[in-house]
Amino acid sequence: MRPDLATQAAGAPVQTGASAPARANARRRRTSWSPAFVPYLQAAPLALVFLVFFVLPLGATFAVSFWNYNGYSMEPAFTGTNYYDVFYGCVANLPRLCTTFSTYLSTLKFVAIVWATTLAIGFTVAYFLAFHVRTLPMQIALFMVCTIPFWTSNVIRTISWIPLLGRNGLVNQTLQSLGITSQPIDWLLYSDFSVALALVHLYTLFMVVPIFNSMMRIDRSLMEAALDAGASGWQTLWNVVIPLAKPGILIGSIFVVTIVTGDYITIGIMGGQQIASVGKVIQTQINFLQFPIAAANAVLLLIVVLMTVWGMLRLVDIRKEL
Amino acid sequence: MTRTAPREEKRPRSFYALAAFFALFVLFLYGPVVTILTLSFQGPQGGLTFPMNGVSTYWFERLWSGRGTIDIGVAFRRSLALGAVVMVSTVVISVLAGLAFRRGFRGATLLFYVAIASLIVPSIVVSLGIALEFRILDDLLRSVLTSIGLQHLAGGNSLGLFTSGLGAHLSWTLPFGLLIMFAVLNRLNPAYEEAARDLGATSWQSFRHVLLPMIAPSLIGISLFGFTLSFDEVARSSQTMGSTNTLPLELAAATTTVTTPEIYALGTSVTAVSFTVIFGTLGLFALVQRSRRARAAMPKGE
Repeated sequence: MRPDLATQAAGAPVQTGASAPARANARRRRTSWSPAFVPYLQAAPLALVFLVFFVLPLGATFAVSFWNYNGYSMEPAFTGTNYYDVFYGCVANLPRLCTTFSTYLSTLKFVAIVWATTLAIGFTVAYFLAFHVRTLPMQIALFMVCTIPFWTSNVIRTISWIPLLGRNGLVNQTLQSLGITSQPIDWLLYSDFSVALALVHLYTLFMVVPIFNSMMRIDRSLMEAALDAGASGWQTLWNVVIPLAKPGILIGSIFVVTIVTGDYITIGIMGGQQIASVGKVIQTQINFLQFPIAAANAVLLLIVVLMTVWGMLRLVDIRKEL
Repeated sequence: MTRTAPREEKRPRSFYALAAFFALFVLFLYGPVVTILTLSFQGPQGGLTFPMNGVSTYWFERLWSGRGTIDIGVAFRRSLALGAVVMVSTVVISVLAGLAFRRGFRGATLLFYVAIASLIVPSIVVSLGIALEFRILDDLLRSVLTSIGLQHLAGGNSLGLFTSGLGAHLSWTLPFGLLIMFAVLNRLNPAYEEAARDLGATSWQSFRHVLLPMIAPSLIGISLFGFTLSFDEVARSSQTMGSTNTLPLELAAATTTVTTPEIYALGTSVTAVSFTVIFGTLGLFALVQRSRRARAAMPKGE
């Protein structure tokens, strides 16, 4: 073999030589020549992990949500008590909200704020990287700069706001020394504000990455054509860039919305353990070993999340766009 | 990727506005983290906020000697060991699955949707589910063992670091591994493997000598994802580790109890490990690539 096939191949990992249809055609040809059962063996470990650690656990949660429990153990049964407890007083006391509804409302508020903020920041950052940074190495370098903080623990990134926002924190010290306020501002930490800020800090990257990815696929000549046809910068943005970046926006939104809906750690730390969230309710019930009612709450949360994702997928046909 | 040559025209005014926005964004990303890195070097009398009361490594010494509130040693070793196992499993399982999806098989679409669902379902739900599953399993096992007269074996429980904990982490890392494999294999030109086949290579030889070297850089990416996602994971760990605590769990617990800069020293230590692993691996990879290229440049018959 001359020269060593492996090194030659490694030297050219991205093949741009063949035209796209030719490559697609080649891909359809058989790329392997081993027996037909081999793919099943290859996929088996993945399928097994998801079966044992995802599908069965969800099944167990669903089953247990109908079980009975007393102070220290749970027993197989079929009862709707747990769901009755979850929704206790939700209809009878209207318009006063029951615990479950108000918890969901509080969670929903954070979802809306964080989603809108991360989308605005994420889109702007991605737009800058994709269309204003001119060389590919520079794009990669700046993209890396954005992703590096992602490599460290969420808990650390959350607590890193505390020395800034506290009563004696850097922000309050600065404001006071500049004479802008005479007293420390109390709502900076352990408030809705600090929760939203920390969540935006943690998850904006989930918007930047998919939107940037979508934007990089946009053919630049489409934008030039729009400009040549007399469209203003905003018109190009609105009628060309945003529609073509839709899949990225959608993927980023799904990530942010589902993560914030289920979050309890960030809301716990930054809310001073005082702000309710759906995840935190489940967490507390687990700590008191009330597994069946925690399971009922988990099933409810799952339904809400899946319906949200389904609704978002209705807005954009992701398979068509990809 | 085809790019047009850099245009010579002047940058529009929007460029400067967006560049300023980007700079602010980077400051927003890094500012808080730099704050706790700095504060972890507080002097012994210093507190949780500025001003710095001297500069020292006092809180690190306290943390690592075990004299402080947190016993970091055991949790640290556990997290490293789990992270390593998750990393290797993620790479192996993702590559195998990637190859399977490439060939296609019955149920491929379903398996793909399950993997994506695992990313979307809130971690607290998955975590609770795994804990419940293992508890039910233990109860079943116990009653079976008791009924056949082996109750003395029925003491322990199966929730643990390398049983439920490992699975919980894999349910989080594998979807990422799989998505990276899809991206990689989609770009791959099958002509190389066909050439290998025409030259008489077996399918194992073509995998080992053709495919593997081509996808090697992405495997580094998958392993880094696997390790760091596992090393930093809290939500899926919370109910699935049994009686053992990993480092992020210790850290999360410490946020409500520890009121000294020791917690920042812990944060800095965890960050340092993540970064050492990432940049160590990337550096090693760069070295390997360079020596490979040097070997390829040598005249044949070395």
